[in-house]
Amino acid sequence: MSPKLASTVIKGGLVVDQTGQRQVDVVVQDGYIVGVGPDLSGDEVLDAGGCVVSAGFVDLHTHLRQPGLEEAETIESGSWAAVRGGFSAVVAMPNTNPPIDCAAVVQEVLALGAKAPCDVYSSGAITVERKGEQLAPMAEMAELGVRLFTDDGTGIQSAGLMRRAMEYASGLGVLLAQHCEVTSLAQGGHMHEGEWSSRLGIGGVPAEAEELMVMRDIALCRLTGAPVHFQHLSTRGSIAMVRAARQGGLPVTAEAAPHHFTLTDEACAGYDATFKVNPPLRPLDDVVAVREGLGDGAVDAIATDHAPHTPDSKERPFDQAPPGMLGLETALSLALGELNLPIAQVVGLLSWQPAAIAGIQDTHGGPIAVGRQANLCVFDPEETWTVNPDTLASLARNTPYGGREMRGRVRHTLVGGTAVVADQEMRS
Amino acid sequence: MAERERRRTPPYGGVFVARTQVMTQADIKRATWRMAHEIVEHNQGSNDLVVVGLQTGGVWLATDIAAAIGEIADTDTTHEKPPCGTLDVAFHRDDIGLRPLLPQAPTKIPVHLDGQAVVIVDDVLHTGRTIRAALDALNSYGRPRTVQLCVMVDRGHRELPIRPDYVGKNLPTRQDEMVNASRQGVDIGEVHK
Amino acid sequence: MKHLLSVDDLGAEGIEHVCSLADHFTEVSQRPIPKVPALRGKTVVMLFFENSTRTRLSFEVAAKRLSADVMGFSIASSSVQKGESLRDTVATISAMGAHAMVVRHRSAGVPAQVAKWCDASVVNAGDGTHEHPTQALLDCYTIKERLGTVAGKHIVILGDIKHSRVARSGIKAFTALGAKVTLVAPATLLPPAVESWPVEVSMDIDTVLGDCDVVYGLRVQLERQGEALLPSLREYSAHWGLTVGRAKRLPTGALVMHPGPVNRGVEIAPEVLDWPNATVNEQVRHGVSVRMAVLYLLLHVDTDKPVL
Repeated sequence: MSPKLASTVIKGGLVVDQTGQRQVDVVVQDGYIVGVGPDLSGDEVLDAGGCVVSAGFVDLHTHLRQPGLEEAETIESGSWAAVRGGFSAVVAMPNTNPPIDCAAVVQEVLALGAKAPCDVYSSGAITVERKGEQLAPMAEMAELGVRLFTDDGTGIQSAGLMRRAMEYASGLGVLLAQHCEVTSLAQGGHMHEGEWSSRLGIGGVPAEAEELMVMRDIALCRLTGAPVHFQHLSTRGSIAMVRAARQGGLPVTAEAAPHHFTLTDEACAGYDATFKVNPPLRPLDDVVAVREGLGDGAVDAIATDHAPHTPDSKERPFDQAPPGMLGLETALSLALGELNLPIAQVVGLLSWQPAAIAGIQDTHGGPIAVGRQANLCVFDPEETWTVNPDTLASLARNTPYGGREMRGRVRHTLVGGTAVVADQEMRS
Repeated sequence: MAERERRRTPPYGGVFVARTQVMTQADIKRATWRMAHEIVEHNQGSNDLVVVGLQTGGVWLATDIAAAIGEIADTDTTHEKPPCGTLDVAFHRDDIGLRPLLPQAPTKIPVHLDGQAVVIVDDVLHTGRTIRAALDALNSYGRPRTVQLCVMVDRGHRELPIRPDYVGKNLPTRQDEMVNASRQGVDIGEVHK
Repeated sequence: MKHLLSVDDLGAEGIEHVCSLADHFTEVSQRPIPKVPALRGKTVVMLFFENSTRTRLSFEVAAKRLSADVMGFSIASSSVQKGESLRDTVATISAMGAHAMVVRHRSAGVPAQVAKWCDASVVNAGDGTHEHPTQALLDCYTIKERLGTVAGKHIVILGDIKHSRVARSGIKAFTALGAKVTLVAPATLLPPAVESWPVEVSMDIDTVLGDCDVVYGLRVQLERQGEALLPSLREYSAHWGLTVGRAKRLPTGALVMHPGPVNRGVEIAPEVLDWPNATVNEQVRHGVSVRMAVLYLLLHVDTDKPVL
């Protein structure tokens, strides 16, 4: 009989999951939760006094940049950023180089992900090379476990092709996720089209570039019956349409990114490309709408759209810099500090709701019960800290929150029973 | 206005408070006439003569000197009233970079200065730096045959090898004093911050 | 003032100040030897990432009349062609000891970025479709010279306002000084959210031209013809151009201005440019005075040295 591995007890925390909340200790051994109850003990003690103990978070939208842009982020460095932010699982976006559009690249990503501190799931591209012309071999990728397909970075422009993709995907039991952006309206745009773009002389992307595609894909969802997931919704119109579609019983889900409920387009006034992101930062009314959507359930999940870029590329002129900002290490704090929602709801938006969309609810997202895999996050909802770009785990530095004071901080993260972050320190 | 005065008077701060009057309005008038005569005498008439007043303190004196030369000229048909110009030397000063320095009033040089006898006119001669700047500025308008300097008050403390050709009054002063000259008279006083 | 990145850096008072200082430099330019030693020992770098003839020459002449040393930088012969980043280029030039950088770039915001990266004073000489503040200053100066004042005047801006940095800076400056501005353009050439600008918008060129003091024509950017903004140039000049017929109906004394270069016969009829009320060449001449004023204001005090 092999010797039992040492046990870890998370002591003194408030356990929050989809079944409610309770003041209990959690014991973890051999990768699984082996005890939940008052006054438990274990070989190692992780203090959770004053903290919330929840399922590890799941990010539906992470750019890990590998293969192709390893100077900005690697699967390993991005995973460290994830666990620092309380995430035990991330879904890697396919806009790498080469893109994740066939089994070979999926295997490479999964192989690298196996060595990473968090669980790395690969998404797959819907079309070959994300060009929006020809369907990618979704079935061979689905066989390797890919559950979410997207051309993220761009939307599928052809309604006909999107219809075919949805029909094909529904047969495979996988989910299509759409980056909603009508290219012919967004072309030449680098920020939200409105008062600020007009004043700054930067080409604008109208809200309608996003909303038209949301509208179209809701219609296609009705036509095909296939579920569709909307990525990083940023406008009031998009969220209203998704809300109405759900009320009408259509199988649509949606995510929103932290920057879309915390920053407005005014942030671009200094021409700092750190604030350039796609979809762009919107005016306050849209920011409020995103918050409302997260609050009333129109939007299912907070997804970071963590998009690392090298300092060099972000120092280019605004209209030449690539879009995207870091998100993994600040998502929880922003959700706690800015949304004014009950903690259980915030945890749901970050864990069990995205886990269900990603199709990984068996291993991630809770509930916290004996026999479940020990993917856990322990965070202090009151601790304040200041974002210092230089101390982030991500290789990149393009956080728009540098210097900002945050409330709520991850203390421990356990992935597969291992405390990869303990007392805010990364353990390899 | 001379170097030190420019530094202390608004917009550089301080209010001039007169202590003693050293020349009256009548003194000024007499000195002006005397210097006008000296200029005509020295230049053997007023042909090719150009009077240039330095902005802003020297302009009134230049106007009066030119007018006086004109009146002398009226009594002698070989002479005539010389053209009178103004010059702001801000862009030629040697202390650009050390303090905010902007031109105060327009520059107007009515004739080309090639071959002319130019009389620079200022109210108070002090360090000589304003005059140096004026000499430099004049180069932009041509090559005068001769340049002469006429001041109402020479208060000493020169920092450059410059001497006046026509002086209303030599007035020994302390460095920290200030001299204010106008048509109404010349006062010595201090600048109160 | 350390930099001139936008007309906002000046405000009404600043614009007036530059204009009155420009008067002195106009006098300097009229001297037999039009040069003063004011900026002796200062180095002004022309950092032009976008082609320009008149603006670059104008700044060079201005700097040279102030006795500054001028370093030129043209993209065709620089390491930018070899892939050097903007920041590295700025650092290199900064290391050579530039006191001022005059920056033109096709991207909005580059002068603001450059200002963050170096100690030199930065003058925006046109950034993308954002601003061109010295153009606005010389336009104000020209209007003041001709009409005495900008306040209370009705200025009609005609043409591609959406893509015009000249219009953005001009509108800011004119309205700051109290002018009323009306934009006339097809809707495809109006900026988004134009209702948030302090201007009126009209589609009726003929009515507006009957009641204005200045008509300011903008260049139709022929290079944007691919964007389907206009059906054709012929249609544009017939409906939105300043034709001879329209110019004849302008109130007496109304100025016809244009920042150049002019597409003769597109936005303005060639004959109109030769009228005594057309100020195109005057604007160029005033550009030198105004740019001398700007360079002098930015460089005449070493801010790092204590004031005596």
